[in-house]
Amino acid sequence: MLRATLKSLLARKVRLVLSGLAVLLGVMFVSGSFVLTDAIGRSFDNMFSSALAETDVLVTAKPAIEVSEMEGEPVPGLLTAADLRRVQEIAPSAIGEISVDGARVIGSDGKVVTTYGPPRMGGNWTGEVGGLRLHEGVAPQKADEIVVNAALAKKAGIKVGDQVGVLTTKPKQTFKLVGIFGYEGGLDSRGPVDEVRFTDAVAQELMLGAEGYTSITVNSDKSPAALRDELKAGLGDRYVVQTGEEAAAAMANSFKAVLDVMNKILLGFAGVALFVGTFLILNTFSIIVAQRTKELALARALGAGRGQMIGSVLVEAVVIGLVASVLGLAAGVGVGALLAAYFANFTSLQLAGIAVPAAAVISAFTVGIVITVIAALLPAVRASRVPPVAALQEVATPDRPLTKLTAAGAIVTAAGGGAIAYGLRQQSLWFLMGGVLAAFVGVALLSPFVARPAVAMLGRLFSWSVPGKLGRLNSGRNPRRTAITAAALMVGIALVTGVNTIMTSAERSMRGDVAATFKADLVISGQESPGVQPTFDPVLLPRMQQVSGVDSVVATYADQIAVNGKPAYAQVQTDLPTVARLVSATTVAGTIAQPGPGEVVVDDNRGHALGDTVTVRSAKGTEKTYRVIGIFADTNLFGGYQFGADAIEGMRGGQPTFAYVDLADSADPAAARTALEGLLADSPEMRVQNQKEYIDNQTGEVAQFLLMVQVLLGLAMLIAVLGVVNTLALSVLERTREIGLLRAIGLGRMATMRMITVEAVVITVFGALLGLAVGVGLGSAVVEGLADEGLKELVLPWQQMGLYLGVGAVVGVLAAILPAIRAARTNVLGAIAYE
Amino acid sequence: MSAAARAVDVWKVYGSGEAQVIALRGVNLEVERGKFTAIMGPSGSGKSTLMHCLAGLDSVTRGEVAVGDTRVTGLSDAGLTRLRREKVGFIFQQFNLLPTLTAEENITLPLAISGRKPDKAWYDTVIQTVGLGDRLGHRPSQLSGGQQQRVACARALVSRPEVIFADEPTGNLDSRSGADILGFLRRSVSEFGQTIVMVTHDANAASYADRVIFLADGRIVDEIENPTAEAVLDKIKSLDTLAVSEDRVEVAE
Repeated sequence: MLRATLKSLLARKVRLVLSGLAVLLGVMFVSGSFVLTDAIGRSFDNMFSSALAETDVLVTAKPAIEVSEMEGEPVPGLLTAADLRRVQEIAPSAIGEISVDGARVIGSDGKVVTTYGPPRMGGNWTGEVGGLRLHEGVAPQKADEIVVNAALAKKAGIKVGDQVGVLTTKPKQTFKLVGIFGYEGGLDSRGPVDEVRFTDAVAQELMLGAEGYTSITVNSDKSPAALRDELKAGLGDRYVVQTGEEAAAAMANSFKAVLDVMNKILLGFAGVALFVGTFLILNTFSIIVAQRTKELALARALGAGRGQMIGSVLVEAVVIGLVASVLGLAAGVGVGALLAAYFANFTSLQLAGIAVPAAAVISAFTVGIVITVIAALLPAVRASRVPPVAALQEVATPDRPLTKLTAAGAIVTAAGGGAIAYGLRQQSLWFLMGGVLAAFVGVALLSPFVARPAVAMLGRLFSWSVPGKLGRLNSGRNPRRTAITAAALMVGIALVTGVNTIMTSAERSMRGDVAATFKADLVISGQESPGVQPTFDPVLLPRMQQVSGVDSVVATYADQIAVNGKPAYAQVQTDLPTVARLVSATTVAGTIAQPGPGEVVVDDNRGHALGDTVTVRSAKGTEKTYRVIGIFADTNLFGGYQFGADAIEGMRGGQPTFAYVDLADSADPAAARTALEGLLADSPEMRVQNQKEYIDNQTGEVAQFLLMVQVLLGLAMLIAVLGVVNTLALSVLERTREIGLLRAIGLGRMATMRMITVEAVVITVFGALLGLAVGVGLGSAVVEGLADEGLKELVLPWQQMGLYLGVGAVVGVLAAILPAIRAARTNVLGAIAYE
Repeated sequence: MSAAARAVDVWKVYGSGEAQVIALRGVNLEVERGKFTAIMGPSGSGKSTLMHCLAGLDSVTRGEVAVGDTRVTGLSDAGLTRLRREKVGFIFQQFNLLPTLTAEENITLPLAISGRKPDKAWYDTVIQTVGLGDRLGHRPSQLSGGQQQRVACARALVSRPEVIFADEPTGNLDSRSGADILGFLRRSVSEFGQTIVMVTHDANAASYADRVIFLADGRIVDEIENPTAEAVLDKIKSLDTLAVSEDRVEVAE
């Protein structure tokens, strides 16, 4: 039996290659994700351990505000000069280090040197320790002297002796570049990090806004572990004391959490691709079983048992799964290595070398084989039900009724819908994802039922020509096959449509709010700048107020805080009542007056009542209690804790990050804007925008996010296209005789190709329509579920949906190319010869 | 008046070297217009090959083939497609119809493909002659073998081709359905002046023709005008004897 199975497997190479390819691509995605994140992870391990290689023990303070990974950056605790002295009593060689994200160098072209995410550290020069080596020049001695790392100097186009502008928590200040440093091993940078090093006092003033250090590096001739224990015992539990190795591992670990999230996202998309692949395999095996009915019946007539029949199909599946997994793993290692190299090149990270993690191997084989076997199970059972007498009958594809299938589909779809609703209400991601998956399966089961009328309707579009009509009829011929092929395409399109619907609705809700409630004419805000809140100098405020046409300017200071131990954001408005008017805030309780010392105004979503006392821990670590004197209604536009000027000293920057500008009715907005921009010359990252620009900017990330989702779903789409090619190729093969007949009675080659193309386009457009319908359904369910979170109206992204439909049609044309050529080449004589 | 179809010194060779098979050896044939011509011969005699060559389904190795005024030899695929569309009708032994189309749609398909409208009067005549009036809306799977073959005949007739080529049209039918089809073909020749070339190995079928051509070993070896079934059978027997004696000669060598 096994040998017979393997022989028949070889006989149907092409078909199996196509379904194997689907598994291969999915497995490649999975193992590639693992290889990529593993390589990047180990590279960062290396980076952190080399940074701390010359450090025996590192002392840090416990974080001032602890924030979980997904909520943002924790606020590091500060070590004071007194802390440093205490450490020095135990280990005299201890050095206080400052290293904080947010030192932005202005390059020789006058522009701020940006990164796409990695930090731009500002700190103090403590000598050639910790692997640092001066490549040229000298160490900074005076307050106006700095050194930068070599990679940054190159990016900024600056050299020793230049006057260089640096933005920190304070607006631009100019320094003399006195030296350029690198790292052991002759490196110009440590990974993608830019570094500016000042003298101690300047680093403290500009980066911390306080006298202190972010860490203390201790070296001695004792063993690191002994030194650590001694320091721990001497310092008490306000400090975190780690050996260099432990500290490196801790840093790498916190970074790994980010990589882990990235890996999960990639695996999620790989899962979608594999899910789509399952449809393709299921379809292929179904068709193969249908085509082999006679062969299978003969085997049954010769005495093969049902178990053997199932076994023979499953063995095929295992063989395909195994081969596809091996190739997919190899391809995944290749793709992962390529992407890791690209990433390393892009970030100037020293790549640690490519390895194949066990997770990649295990997941490749599990996923590849399990998916294939699951997909083949149903056709296998069908194969076992072929009665021996079928060997003697004319093969006719029996039109089995779709009742059972449709009922099952309705139940599964309903269950999926229920799970989605429950998941949204309970905020359970698992229920939501399970529901979406079930909905997809349910709709796939329903689709054969829908296929007939839908395909008939769609086909009308093409019925004006004979090939078009024939193509349409062909696509309606086997509703199951058409449906499952279309369903594969549905998944990808439904996901992008759903995400798009949610995004568009969110954007529109926000715009609607803004249009209705936002009264400020201009807004001064910082450009997107990773890890940094750009600021401007508050001394500019009176001068802004003087600009002709400006009615009022209200500046906002902001930083992280912890309220009763929970992370939150503090804001200080220079004039809260005016802001409340500009954003149309409504009072819920008390008054929205400018808070005095020890007073706070808060939105109604924080669970505070009027007169409550809250304990606030500032980003600088100071604690203070405040009394709630006013409560206003939370909106998309305005919310959070509003303090008085006394909270500014607890903020790290101590400078405004935002301002509302209200113009007089008679003002010339363009002139006012130019004047304000002129005043902000020393804060090049601050922008003056009108309402529309501001909102466009706030929603700009949506487009990028959508693009990423679309790219990552591209593979699922590709697999769906393979499915269409597969179905068409099989159809052409099955209908060789018919095509020969058509050619014999005068159908030309081009017309034959058009016939196949129409068949393909009808299938893919049907799939796209299904996807759009399901996507809109999913999207509106989520929008409905998030109505409380400010999603007020459902807006469908018609333009994008039209685009996806177009993509569906184009995909059909592309998928038809090879099968159509094959059909056109049908040898008339060979096709109709029956001897 | 020129012949409806013509073969001049047609040779057809398959393969090369040791595997070479000569299917036709210098066949000359004129198919008379408005006549029913049957081509007979034992299996492997080249009768089907001859028909395929005449109809432009297969290319000839040497010689020339024409349908009406059109020289078939050397036509491009597009030319051959146009020839099949406009000048030739086909009736095959089976798989004549598209399962997705109704009987009526199958009948008008060649016209639809070439973008022509059926001549209403002629269409009605054809439908009436084949006697399918009440079954036109049915799909092939709902028709019997005989009915399917009648639909195929109607399809070949409705575009009034120069020649209809029928390849064993009754091969898959019981004798009664077969007789229906043959009678129908006969009538379309006698009453409408249609030219038909039919390949068959059935002497009874051949007796419906005006003229029977006998092929053996790739050559035309004989022919009978206005045949009867008995005459055809006798001829076949004599040809068989000839073939057997030729075999003997070969063995003797």
